[in-house]
Amino acid sequence: MNRVVITGMGIYSTIGKNIEEVNNSLYTGKSGIGFEPLRKELGFRSGLTGILDQPNLKGELKRRQRVGMAEEGEYAYVATIEALKQAKIDDDFLDTRDVGILYGNDSSAKSVVESYDLLREKKDTALLGSGAIFQSMNSTITMNLSTIFRLRGINLTVSAACASGSHAIGMGYHFIKSGLQDIIICGGGQEINYHSMGSFDGLAAFSIRENEPQKASRPFDRDRDGLVPSGGAATVILESYESAIKRGATIIAEVIGYGFSSNGDHISVPNVEGPAKSLEMALKDAQLRASQIDYINAHATATPVGDLNEAQAISKVFGARTPYVSSTKSMTGHEMWMGGASEIIYSVLMMQNSYVAPNINFENPDEYSEKLNIAAETIKNHNIDIFLSNSFGFGGTNSSLIVKKFK
Amino acid sequence: MENKEIINKVNDFLIDEFELEEDQLIPTASLKETLEIDSLDYVDLVVIIERNFGFKVKGEDFATIKSLQDFYDYIISRAKAN
Repeated sequence: MNRVVITGMGIYSTIGKNIEEVNNSLYTGKSGIGFEPLRKELGFRSGLTGILDQPNLKGELKRRQRVGMAEEGEYAYVATIEALKQAKIDDDFLDTRDVGILYGNDSSAKSVVESYDLLREKKDTALLGSGAIFQSMNSTITMNLSTIFRLRGINLTVSAACASGSHAIGMGYHFIKSGLQDIIICGGGQEINYHSMGSFDGLAAFSIRENEPQKASRPFDRDRDGLVPSGGAATVILESYESAIKRGATIIAEVIGYGFSSNGDHISVPNVEGPAKSLEMALKDAQLRASQIDYINAHATATPVGDLNEAQAISKVFGARTPYVSSTKSMTGHEMWMGGASEIIYSVLMMQNSYVAPNINFENPDEYSEKLNIAAETIKNHNIDIFLSNSFGFGGTNSSLIVKKFK
Repeated sequence: MENKEIINKVNDFLIDEFELEEDQLIPTASLKETLEIDSLDYVDLVVIIERNFGFKVKGEDFATIKSLQDFYDYIISRAKAN
């Protein structure tokens, strides 16, 4: 079995458009949340959202490479460029080695909505243009990036709701561990437009603390009132230890455990047993005891029930003394299909720079979160050797990853 | 619309939308080999022609259009027929 290491990371998010900016935001507890008035005009219950500009790729990519790329694909492209650069993987390398891509994504709504608005108006599919189909499929990120980077390895999208990005890394870990592939571009992308969020808003699961956008995402806090939708993209380059050593790549961290489970229960309401099972499986895979985890990056999205059940699952597995726990969604909002990948990067940055990013807006615990050691402020000079990151999604899909500092 | 006006309009969208350089737009240039307009680009040409000239092109009409001059001639004949 191969050891699986991370040799590159790249990110485009509401708290920073590259690794350095994101690290600064995490350390200082900066929020990426804002208010979009258009959502209220359209009848949204909440106008809160992560705020992120579209990258301008004109001049960077040819027209043909851009027309089929949806918003989340553009985010993923920028994140992947940064990750490949850090991994020292250039065009020549991509042309001579089989590099794969496993990316989490679970919607591409804007193109679907816009092309059907156009179809209703024009009543002719010939007038929808060539890009709409490639923008509107769930696999839009992998189909575009695999073409742009001329990838020749495994090439598929992992769709598992808000655990998509985490499962993509878990799948990549297994592909490399078993020797099927040496290098895989893994990650998660999430569109941030209103087109993709109207039906979710309709479930009344979003925070409506609109007068204080940056205080709206309050995971584990007693007064939380729902999640804030957000987005962007995060890429990690997974590689076999042998490949990384052979080509002289800098090893950033090692993925040592992946756990997964399905609740077999309600479509949107999480339970305690499923996530606990995923946590335990990841620990078993990593051959660790719970007490050896130095930090937990919680899934906690700030919904009343979700955080309650995750707090219980963590307590069930870790007992009375938990390591530091924080939900970076307090700053980023819920990055959904991207979150499982971005939160690996956030946690690796904490590990590299010896701090725990704060769970901002955690002012008062509830009866279950008070049992967790939640980092309400930045914990400075805190060594993290091993961390665990949870991601859970609709349908009761759970994913837990354990990453270790490379020594 | 005069022929020259139509040709200028075609050149404008080839430069703006297809990111071609002005000096590439030689009438004898092959759309496929020289200007690198591929099968998917023809789908976008249909959209752009409809937007600029108000008529719809059938995909099969492109079968006989090889050079940029063929393309100008086709647009001119369709624009004047409308």
